[in-house]
Amino acid sequence: MAKVEKLLQGNEAVVEGAIAAGCRFYAGYPITPSTEIAERMAWRLPQVGGIFIQMEDELASIAAVIGASLAGAKAMTATSGPGFSLMQENIGFACEAEVPCVVVDVMRGGPSTGLPTMPSQGDVMQARWGTHGDHPVIVLSASSVPECFWMTVRAFNLSEKYRTPVILLLDEVVGHMREKVVLPDPKDVEVVDRPRPTMPPEWYIPYADTPSGVPPMAPFGEGYRYHVTGLIHDVRGFPTSRPDEIGPFMERLFRKISANFPEIHLSEEFETSDAEVVVIAYGCVARSAKRAVKEARERGIKAGLLKLLTLWPFERPAVERLAEKAKVLLVPEMNMGQISREVKRVNQGRSRVVTLNKVDGTLITPGEIVEKMEEALG
Amino acid sequence: MERRYEIRLSGYGGQGLILIGIILAEAVGLYEGKQVVQTQSYGPEARGGASRSELVVSDQEIDYPKPLGLDLLLAMNQQSLNLYCGDVKEGGIVVADSTFCDQFPVSRVVKIPFTRLAREQLGREIVANIMALGAVGAVSGIVGFESLKKAVLNRVPKGTEDLNLKALQMGWKLGEKAKRELVKEGREEYIISAEEL
Repeated sequence: MAKVEKLLQGNEAVVEGAIAAGCRFYAGYPITPSTEIAERMAWRLPQVGGIFIQMEDELASIAAVIGASLAGAKAMTATSGPGFSLMQENIGFACEAEVPCVVVDVMRGGPSTGLPTMPSQGDVMQARWGTHGDHPVIVLSASSVPECFWMTVRAFNLSEKYRTPVILLLDEVVGHMREKVVLPDPKDVEVVDRPRPTMPPEWYIPYADTPSGVPPMAPFGEGYRYHVTGLIHDVRGFPTSRPDEIGPFMERLFRKISANFPEIHLSEEFETSDAEVVVIAYGCVARSAKRAVKEARERGIKAGLLKLLTLWPFERPAVERLAEKAKVLLVPEMNMGQISREVKRVNQGRSRVVTLNKVDGTLITPGEIVEKMEEALG
Repeated sequence: MERRYEIRLSGYGGQGLILIGIILAEAVGLYEGKQVVQTQSYGPEARGGASRSELVVSDQEIDYPKPLGLDLLLAMNQQSLNLYCGDVKEGGIVVADSTFCDQFPVSRVVKIPFTRLAREQLGREIVANIMALGAVGAVSGIVGFESLKKAVLNRVPKGTEDLNLKALQMGWKLGEKAKRELVKEGREEYIISAEEL
């Protein structure tokens, strides 16, 4: 199949990206503004020999995804704020049991049922800390339909490589917008598969440390028997309360991600080389910010943009570098200030961090960002 | 800054405005090779309520995905016309379904009774949206008829192709005529009545 150009919604491009990355199992419960993902999955998965199942709720959806992944399938689900809340407990289970899976959260206004059909960026911290207990996490974002495709591929690849749940945060604007996207020939898509055991089943130690910190993962049903639990476990997967086993386990859980921050981080810069004011944005707001930078430049303001494509682990190196040179770091967000707190933490007084927060269900406009730039520069 | 052409298609939920937004986006994006972003907004209801679909068209990369100042507003009812006429930029144009609009608080307006024409001339009100699409395509000048035709045929249900193409053609002709008159005569408004056909 050659590459083909289509007009797709961000949600639909997620499905195409998932299938290109090898996803063959989807369990979900429809919710606006993510429903088109379930709809298209129900149509596309059977075409490629995959399985789509509509579950009774979001708790069951993520549980089924974890089960499918343990059996060897690349699996995902998609939801929005209310459903994302319900998935949190089992996202922690996937993290603890090191089960690769992808969860797409198309953000709408909240809290609670909130604003079903309107955009927001309110789940950034929930994606980071929604499940209990200290844990590492990978969270990606996208601001266009082509990015929805490629970030979904990336979500699967990172998830498989590090045996961890990966969350892709979209918003109603990006999920529902239609744009042209070139769907590549599947052979042109780089696909990463989870590490598999090379030893015979009787020698397999499921949670043994490795140089990368990621143990090989055996699919259930192929003779490799092991125990899977949400309790802290020893290298064989059985619950332990021995500090000399707990410590190394937790250390490895974090190390496998933290040792690879440079590979996981992803951002794009626009006009930042001489920028006095750098806008740090993600998702739909990054598009407003790009236009704001162009408008500001026309008015003689040296503006630039740092677009975050990886939200967690936070893009510390790029922000530190830009904070050294810029007078102002402006963080526009459709929440009351979630990524801006990280920017302040990393900034450490180097530059001045200014926030622009909007929670009325509408997209921040370029004009609002330019106005804030002018105000901040005096 | 890139040049943008911005369109909003507005009316009641159920009038098929999101569908014609998708068709127009496919026509200009896939068949005319332009950049296009289509967005939509609707209430939580399945039917009724206000519905709108928006397009930004450009020859270059489109950053901000929503309209900044409308070049063209299609209003399929009075409520939408009242609500959005203020978003039309200077020199922009309104195309209104005069079946449901009788007050026009705008300067440049093309009044066509799409719904009435669809009912009386084609026997099916349901294709009023496709007729409006034809008119919007012709008035905007951003898309050729053949591209629009191809895009319509890709999206409408089997067995309704002829009816939809008739509606599209009718709308296109009326839109072309209206545009010609507006430019030639330098007129501010152009009214098309069913009797003209």
